[in-house]
Amino acid sequence: MASLDSKVPGGPVETKWTNHKFNMKLVNPANKRKHSVIVVGTGLAGASAAASMGELGYKVKAFCVHESPRRAHSVAAQGGINAAKNYQNDGDSIYRLFYDTVKGGDFRAREANVHRLAELSVKIIDQAVAQGVPFAREYGGTLSNRSFGGAQVSRTFYARGQTGQQLLIGAYQSMMRQVEAGSVELRTRREMLDLVVVDGKARGVIMRNLLTGELEHYEADAVVLASGGYSNVFYLSTNAMACAVTAAWRAHKRGAYFANPCYTQIHPTCIPVHGDNQSKLTLMSESLRNDGRVWVSKIKDDRRSPLEIPEAERDYFLERVYPSYGNLAPRDIASRQAKYRCDEGHSVIPGQSAVYLDFADSIKRNSEAKIAERYGNLFQMYEKITGENPYKVPMKIYPAPHYTMGGLWVDYNLMTTIPGLFAAGEANFSDHGANRLGASALMQGLADGYFVVPYTIGDYIANNKIEPVATTHEAFKEAHNNIDKQISQLMNIKGERTVESFHKQLGRIMWDECGMARNEKGLKRALEEIPKLREEFWQNVRVPGDANYLNPELEKAGRVADFIELGELMCRDALERKESCGGHYREEFQVDGEAKRDDENYCNVFAWEWKSEKEKQALHKEELKFENVKLATRSYK
Amino acid sequence: MEKLINLNLKVWRQKRPSEPGSFQEYPVKGVSTDASFLEMMDQLNEELIKSGKDPVAFDHDCREGICGSCGFMINGNAHGPLKSTTVCQLHMRNFNDGETLTLEPWRASAFPVIKDLAVNRSAFDRIISSGGYVSVNTGNAPDGNAIPVPKQEADEAFAHATCIGCGACVSSCKNGSAALFTSAKIAHLKALPQGQVEREKRALKMVAQMDAEGFGACTSTGACSAACPKEISLVNIAQMNREFLKASLNRKPEVQGGDLA
Repeated sequence: MASLDSKVPGGPVETKWTNHKFNMKLVNPANKRKHSVIVVGTGLAGASAAASMGELGYKVKAFCVHESPRRAHSVAAQGGINAAKNYQNDGDSIYRLFYDTVKGGDFRAREANVHRLAELSVKIIDQAVAQGVPFAREYGGTLSNRSFGGAQVSRTFYARGQTGQQLLIGAYQSMMRQVEAGSVELRTRREMLDLVVVDGKARGVIMRNLLTGELEHYEADAVVLASGGYSNVFYLSTNAMACAVTAAWRAHKRGAYFANPCYTQIHPTCIPVHGDNQSKLTLMSESLRNDGRVWVSKIKDDRRSPLEIPEAERDYFLERVYPSYGNLAPRDIASRQAKYRCDEGHSVIPGQSAVYLDFADSIKRNSEAKIAERYGNLFQMYEKITGENPYKVPMKIYPAPHYTMGGLWVDYNLMTTIPGLFAAGEANFSDHGANRLGASALMQGLADGYFVVPYTIGDYIANNKIEPVATTHEAFKEAHNNIDKQISQLMNIKGERTVESFHKQLGRIMWDECGMARNEKGLKRALEEIPKLREEFWQNVRVPGDANYLNPELEKAGRVADFIELGELMCRDALERKESCGGHYREEFQVDGEAKRDDENYCNVFAWEWKSEKEKQALHKEELKFENVKLATRSYK
Repeated sequence: MEKLINLNLKVWRQKRPSEPGSFQEYPVKGVSTDASFLEMMDQLNEELIKSGKDPVAFDHDCREGICGSCGFMINGNAHGPLKSTTVCQLHMRNFNDGETLTLEPWRASAFPVIKDLAVNRSAFDRIISSGGYVSVNTGNAPDGNAIPVPKQEADEAFAHATCIGCGACVSSCKNGSAALFTSAKIAHLKALPQGQVEREKRALKMVAQMDAEGFGACTSTGACSAACPKEISLVNIAQMNREFLKASLNRKPEVQGGDLA
């Protein structure tokens, strides 16, 4: 089997992107008007791509599933965005951000992409500042920074605990400006239910108008998917309720390879589950680990109040195990250590899993007011949810699904295996390897949208003869009829179980067998259970209401059907990858509880090709070459 | 500690904008006091689906109080009884066993009902697209530290920029005014050096769009700010009025053609 061609340009890693940009074909300004691009999703990647391409003169058709583009889940990102500005004079550089990200991803990302990301990081901050994003500042008026996991420099820019909100609003406003200018046509409450491929090229989408139930056809010269990640496959995650794999999955079924689906990020600091009717989990930003210390009692099943446990009887386990990074150990590692403590019986909530995140020392050192200024909204959110005051008692936290490094396979140009179909932001797999460092998701989404896709789409359009296609083309009709059939099938099952109950059951399987730790036996068990769940779903699900008007249950049913199929592929991917790396932790492959990679056999990307409903996906591989960062055991000790 | 409580809900049910709506009563039993308000609604919906009824439609997404999707009136209060809290962050421990709660959609003619508790707030997007931005194309930006911004001004801009666009302000206003929403954006961009170039044009256009959308006038009762989950300050509205007045007085005709040549 030939290795997938990533189309990484030649030359030294530092000049690849610059040279590549020069070598690209351009579309002249007058011609851009004649070309159209569909953008699915209006989060950081989608809104920034739509705005930037609109500014360049392309006719952009932007879609979002929400009632307003400003609701996209990027809005919920809390802690910050990395950039190699070295404003702090602490030794940061583009190369160091590149190095940290490759290492943080446990050597499973493509070097050239990561270097480009680090290069572009500095321009993102400039762009956001120019838009009026109110980043935190020092008294002298300069931008302020804080530290995030997996780095020993302060390179994270932030707007209190609402960085994602502020960056999204910046991108959203830029896009709305193009809406006013007429270069972006925005349609809200639309869900992409199929990709339309004509003569081997992505040429359109079928959107369900969520208000009328109508299936609408849209054509364009190219399509950008910026539809986010798939953590909701676990049912309980920090993702918003509407986050789904549906757009990406439907593209996968039309020929886009799905890469590294088992690379999922379990974030260490989330508010623990409270009960069976819980609908989602809430993140407590990684930035809190700048000032909070993570600990459990050294005594098993210690039921004393945390305030009564003396210093000598506390195990600050991250500081103990990783003295050089301490509480700022990367997410995969910090999560695993919390799991170990709880598995050993040191959980701080009886019958459940949780550890403490304690601010007492930093409040003593800095004052309560200072801590409130840094994290006020997070502390307030914690108190609302738990009813406890984190200024007085330590937070209780536990890992939860948060981000997915896997996604649609893309080449260096962010194009999938379907010509003309691009994937940006969390929807693609490209930059984070097997583990994403904190504050890098915002960076990647905006780098893709502002600075990569607008260039590479031009190159694609200039290099390909794209004939006009009508939305009445046979390919549109075929896709339309398929969806129509699927929707009426869902409406007519009229079974006994709610969509929610299937989603919960899938989430339980995925969390138990394909969560923070995986093993062959469990994955095989899941691969028996999921097909059964899928079968039952299509026989026994109950979708109330009508298909021709707003029907959130019908929307959910389609998404859960896709999650079930994705869940199966995740387990196959995890089973096939017989090594541990980053967030993919196979219990059989470890050294003293740390991930043990197998670079000889698995220094590659797994990319899965959809075959048919009856046939399993076929595995393709892209070999990863490390020419700059030496493959080494990742150590934070 | 977690307790289980029973509630009686009176929920506004309306199938379509064109059809009349009415209040329907639903008992909800065994609600955990640790659950959020929307999780209680999920529980109600699961029961409705199981008994063959149509679940209650409401907008929601992040359930962390930041996306601005959720919101309806609970006993006449936008987002319920708790100060600076969206309905997704409102937890059932704030309610008593046996309580009756009346739920209705945002009350404002500029936010037409779509179904049950879900309304159309696209007017807000159009207010932003009329001028709520800095016109800077991608790639044009100088270095982020090129223009120092005093910390106090940056903090002030941030405070205005935290608006989540949920619409509680409009729904709480007896006039259905969008002055708090619009003024927050004007104040955010006005506080920063980057927002100065288009300052006057922005105030004129956004206010005009706000009026065109059919929102009512502001009579400074302050109900908006009191209901705002992000505590957006009422002072913004005074600032907006001042910006608008100044811009109206300064209005200059745009230079056309080669007059100066």
